[in-house]
Amino acid sequence: MSVVIPADQAAPGSVPASGLTARAGLGDRGFRWLTLAAGLLVLVILVLIAVSTSQQASQWFSTEGLKIFGTKWDPATNKFGATPFIYGTAITGVIALVMAVPVSVGIALLLTEVVPYRFARPIVYVVDLLAVVPSVVWGLWGILVFAPWIQHTYASIGSGVNGVPVLGNLFGPPTSGPSFFTAGIILAFMITPIVTSLSREVIATVPTIDREGAYALGATRWEMIRGVVWPHSQGGVVGSVLLGLGRAVGETIAAALVIGSSPEITSHLFATGYSMPAVIANQFGEASGVFKSALLGLGVLLFAFTIIINVIARGAVERSTRRMRGA
Amino acid sequence: MQRLRVQQVTTAALAIVVSGFSLAACSSSGSGGSGGSSGPSGTLNASGSSFQLLFQQAAIQQFRTIQPNVTVNYGGGGSGKGRSDLAAGTVNFAGSDSPIPSTETANFAGKTVLYFPVVIGPITMSYNLPGVTSLKLTPTVIADIFQAKIKTWNDPAIKAINPGVTLPSTHITLAVRADSSGTTQNFSLFLMTAAPSVWKLGSSSTISWPSGAQAGSGNGGVAQIVHATPGAIGYVDYADAKAAGLTFASVQNKAGQYIVPSTTAASAAAAGVTVAPDLTFAAVWAPGATAYPITYQSWDLVYQKQSSASTAKALKAYLGYLLGAGQKLLPALNYAPLPASIDAKAKAQLSKIG
Repeated sequence: MSVVIPADQAAPGSVPASGLTARAGLGDRGFRWLTLAAGLLVLVILVLIAVSTSQQASQWFSTEGLKIFGTKWDPATNKFGATPFIYGTAITGVIALVMAVPVSVGIALLLTEVVPYRFARPIVYVVDLLAVVPSVVWGLWGILVFAPWIQHTYASIGSGVNGVPVLGNLFGPPTSGPSFFTAGIILAFMITPIVTSLSREVIATVPTIDREGAYALGATRWEMIRGVVWPHSQGGVVGSVLLGLGRAVGETIAAALVIGSSPEITSHLFATGYSMPAVIANQFGEASGVFKSALLGLGVLLFAFTIIINVIARGAVERSTRRMRGA
Repeated sequence: MQRLRVQQVTTAALAIVVSGFSLAACSSSGSGGSGGSSGPSGTLNASGSSFQLLFQQAAIQQFRTIQPNVTVNYGGGGSGKGRSDLAAGTVNFAGSDSPIPSTETANFAGKTVLYFPVVIGPITMSYNLPGVTSLKLTPTVIADIFQAKIKTWNDPAIKAINPGVTLPSTHITLAVRADSSGTTQNFSLFLMTAAPSVWKLGSSSTISWPSGAQAGSGNGGVAQIVHATPGAIGYVDYADAKAAGLTFASVQNKAGQYIVPSTTAASAAAAGVTVAPDLTFAAVWAPGATAYPITYQSWDLVYQKQSSASTAKALKAYLGYLLGAGQKLLPALNYAPLPASIDAKAKAQLSKIG
């Protein structure tokens, strides 16, 4: 293959210019510029957003210094510490992953390894339908139906484990319908489709010949999955999980509705909390001065976090697919 | 650039409105063309205070029948958003529940902003205690309740001011706003003014409430929490409290009287306040025997100097309507109309727009 390429690459410059190809060349050039402009536009917009929001947030960064990572958020006394929101975002993200990942990877394995293709299609459709539900609908369902329904369960679990060392700290009172845990559950529903479909695609790249090789050596289906599918797709699945985390971290309106809206750092998962996007959505309308700058600053931090998570995730997915092609 | 675009949009909208009007005039040849040559016309865009939203919507509907050539859009979004939109020049007027705070004055440097008070309203102390139909509260007790110093309904402090009322030992659940809001701003301003030695949480559109407080979005969200939670108490705008069918307490005013929230008690409060020359005032903790103490107000903010004569004309017409015939819409919407003294001052100020 590598022998043929140089001739191909030399082609555009050296083709004799007939009228037809000259016009085609013009079209090609135009096309190239157009696509390049489209690609650059996205980059430019992204950079402009980052620059202008950081600029607006600079007042917060400069007046508070390291206190931006303080634990108290109280606009009435001009205290703007971001830690309660970072904490809430992290906790709800972790809860969402703990619940969504086993289910998603389970569905992905079901679709690729267990059910025949023609039954797999409808299941894929149904899972993808979850992604179609708008996040405000998830939030409203969460606050009007789910939270009132589950708060009794929280309360009885809370009183049951009250005083027990670790469990009491995690699940003990105070309990509330809208809480870290409720937000985590809603986010889990929301990220299941993306984690499922990405994991499914990664798992589907495992070469059939490897699977059949394992079967030929007498492996059961489980042994085949553990010995062939998992090592092959590990990195990609981790990547898809991180992409799901990126979505959970940035989710705004659903979290704002069900998280309970109180900026507290507590180990109690059934207590009310707050997350970064939720506080921006809730408090932006009446904010001014440093308050507004602090909310924009939270946006900048959130932007940075999601970029980091996404870069790591893309890296993990790419590394695994590259290794797959190499294998 | 911005102004140019606004103008272009305005002209385009004007063209549409005018052509629509002439069409209507053609089709009903008998009555149409009275709007004629020199009446106000154009589009007014506004955003801000969600407290005003219901009133603005009703007023816009009615105003359309009087001045069909003027289109008014009121976007809501909160007082802070309204003020920053006005500063950015994207709206013609802004609704705000409080005067421009000192942190924002720089945004309006070099320009004179006129305040037009348009609406008054009480904030209720709505509660959910089955069997308790009348309850009295003092500012100090309210401050202690909202700082979680009073934790149960049969606390001696509540009992002392409610002789003869059987209070249960139910735990008090606080219902507060999740979103930042002019309602929170004015409620906390009330506590800071009326119970200065007790209230430690300050006054702001967002308060750091004691843990365990249940937060709802909008007045409707807080009303929903109070409605659904026995033992709950929340501060809810009068209109929303009425709509949700909540029970509310009477609150002790500056004169020592316990007053049930109503639109007339709110107007009485506004009538007793001292109004600054720029028409700013705070209606909370107003003097007067019949004044409801947790009363708040909302202004429409307008630049004194307008870029175009037609916008100035349209603004005068619309604000004139809000301060005149529009005030009659208020009681039905559970808002209080402006007292005559303030209304007259606001009307007199209209001529400054130009």
